[in-house]
Amino acid sequence: MDALIQAFGLVFDPFVLAVIAVSAVFGMFVGAMPGLTATMATALLVPVTFFMPPVPALGAIVTATAMAIFAGDIPAAMLRMPGTPASAAYADESYEMTKKGQLNLNMGVNLVFSVAGGLIGVAVLIAAAPLLAEVAINFSSFEYFWLACLGLTCAVFLTNADAVKGFLSLFLGLLLATVGIDPSAGFPRFTFGEVELMQGINFIPTMIGMFAVSELLRNAVSVRDAGHVVVQQVGNIFRGLGAVFRRYWLNFLRGSAIGTVIGALPGAGADIAAWISYAVSKRFSREPQKFGTGHVEGVVDATSANNSAIGSAWIPALVFGIPGDSITAIVIGVLYMKNMNPGPMVFTENPQLIYAVFLIFILANLIMLPLGWAAIKSARQILRTPRNLLLPVILLFCIVGSFAMTNSLYGVALMLVMGLLGWFLEQHGIPVAPLILGLVLGEMLEQTFVQSMIKADGAVLAFFERPIAGALGVLTLLIWATMLVRAATHRPAAIAA
Amino acid sequence: MPCLTRRTLLAASGAALATPALAQPRYPNRPIQLIVPWGAGGGTDATARIVGTLLERDLGQPVNVVNRTGGSGVVGHSAIATAAPDGYTIGMITVEIAMMHWQGLTELRPTSYTPLALMNQDPPGVTVAQNSPHADIRALAQAIRERPAGTFRASGTGQGGIWHLALVGWLQAMGLRGDHVRWVPSNGAAPAMQELAAGGVDLVTCSIPEARAMIDANRARALAIMAPERNPLFANVPTLNETLGIRYSTGAWRGIAGPRNLPPEIANTLSAALKRAYDNREFQEFMSSRGFGTVWGDAAQFASFMAEADRAMGEAMRGAGLARG
Repeated sequence: MDALIQAFGLVFDPFVLAVIAVSAVFGMFVGAMPGLTATMATALLVPVTFFMPPVPALGAIVTATAMAIFAGDIPAAMLRMPGTPASAAYADESYEMTKKGQLNLNMGVNLVFSVAGGLIGVAVLIAAAPLLAEVAINFSSFEYFWLACLGLTCAVFLTNADAVKGFLSLFLGLLLATVGIDPSAGFPRFTFGEVELMQGINFIPTMIGMFAVSELLRNAVSVRDAGHVVVQQVGNIFRGLGAVFRRYWLNFLRGSAIGTVIGALPGAGADIAAWISYAVSKRFSREPQKFGTGHVEGVVDATSANNSAIGSAWIPALVFGIPGDSITAIVIGVLYMKNMNPGPMVFTENPQLIYAVFLIFILANLIMLPLGWAAIKSARQILRTPRNLLLPVILLFCIVGSFAMTNSLYGVALMLVMGLLGWFLEQHGIPVAPLILGLVLGEMLEQTFVQSMIKADGAVLAFFERPIAGALGVLTLLIWATMLVRAATHRPAAIAA
Repeated sequence: MPCLTRRTLLAASGAALATPALAQPRYPNRPIQLIVPWGAGGGTDATARIVGTLLERDLGQPVNVVNRTGGSGVVGHSAIATAAPDGYTIGMITVEIAMMHWQGLTELRPTSYTPLALMNQDPPGVTVAQNSPHADIRALAQAIRERPAGTFRASGTGQGGIWHLALVGWLQAMGLRGDHVRWVPSNGAAPAMQELAAGGVDLVTCSIPEARAMIDANRARALAIMAPERNPLFANVPTLNETLGIRYSTGAWRGIAGPRNLPPEIANTLSAALKRAYDNREFQEFMSSRGFGTVWGDAAQFASFMAEADRAMGEAMRGAGLARG
């Protein structure tokens, strides 16, 4: 209880509130700009949060990402260009609604259901994370080994791309994770005698490169002009919402539930949540033929899902140090920087900070309503921001952020190299999310495996002896078996074709 | 502009270069960088930050604490050693500088630096889980001795780290082999304590301040410290000597150093300022509140302390089979 009161004190501080307000506007802007993602918003916040105490630092990230995921819906409806990948699933649907003259209704649905879905994700985070931490305190290297395996499996399982490309990206990430001092024997690997490489491939500069620099490169090579906003005037966006809610409340709950679950699974975030919930909505709809023609039903599901995924992605990140999505992969780095090392102990050591993060989550979703309304009203102006001014500013932030992570030019060089690699991978349809997860979880996987083997004196069965480890292990093996069977049964057809 | 020939320009710039040497304001006249080879938030970082704050007040120039982490400390230690010896880059060096070169991780050793001051030393402890069957250090030591090698598992840091050596030294002092208790390498003290609470290992040999969070959460118990005397903050934790009659003590230490060949007058200025920081009540209060041990050694004492530590560590690591080459 004391911690909760302290948390209120930490959040309702003028500086923290100001940070939240500024990052909300920043998040809205980044989300509304096609090509700038919520992950990029987080990456750009890293250098700024470096100089802040933990609560405003995390508050900035929480607020900006929640806003960005909503704001991505605005250009989706107005330009048919999703502002973030999380809005891609229903960008066509939204645009069709606009063409039918239902822009007001579409914007209202997106805003209100984003807020409501976001609140559901937060509620699950608040309820589940401390409970899970109680269980997780009894986890040893065996349990963590299986969790890491599950996390890596999810990364491939849930990717939209071809499974082979997912594996390729994942193994590349695991390979990069082996650079530096080996976590068990303390011996340098792949360092080529370079002192800087002994610190390994730092994953924040890598993510800034992969998610921001590669996007800049894409923008730089495509000379497409994004400036034509062909929209009718936005009117009262809240009219007709009551009817939509009465008709589609089940879609809202289902979308939020799917989003929450997908968000909490490692490696899959808001974008995958939106795709899956949109597909589920169409599958179970009474009027599936209307999908794709400007029908609001799928939008309700998907826009609730992508916002609910944001909060629940923090569950594995806080409790196990396993990122729920690419945003929380950066958050984990920031947590380490602020001496809030993720793990079950963070709930007993710094409960006031965790409660403060929860409060900010609620606050962020609440202020999304007025700010989102303002963003919709001023969308025309936002979407006219000249790219030739925006892109250099973003690059500048990328450089500062990478430098801040390593305090040397190594971070900057790493970021630029990874930016090129990320661009190259995406050009060939290889998703970068599995790579990031491999890089983040690689050390945990290797270390817990070696620790477990040392403890068990080489007896592999020890991986199944502890009850929770046994259950997680069997689950992992079952998923692998399913994947193998699926691959085996589909392969002949693919070869024949 | 006929008067501005190349020669006059050269002469002028020569003069411009020469005069500051005469009119050079006293050191320090610009901000100083204090490099920490370990992450923000840890014990080394906290110690460096309080020293930095006090130095800043004393020298009248900003002292920026910069974390250069990774590579088991090699990256930061190397950044301190390779900086320009002008007194504007100094750093906090830690016990690992007397260990890493024996493992073949780096060429750096204590003599790669200009020692300025030794400020802190923390002894290892022996911590078990709250529900451990061993009531005290005597019971634990007896159980370790009676059971076959490899029955007990311990953790606390990486392979060949300071807490691993502490375990080896303790076992050897008991007349056992250094690997009688199996070492499970971990990523530092906090993950090791998590393993302890989860029942993954039987004991952890990190320092008591590092084990404090789990002890305060009633998940772990400290049985002993490997030091000549008790820590006032954990007064109920006995030493090995008073319980087992083993005079074994070691510890992780931290001190401030600059790159090799730091000019003597700059080194003296810094050493004197560090002495004032050490004697400052704020420093002493901060260290005791965290349970960190304080120990003072001036430049010369720090140098001989490190030489002795380097020798002892080399011996211990060869004895434990951890040295390479």
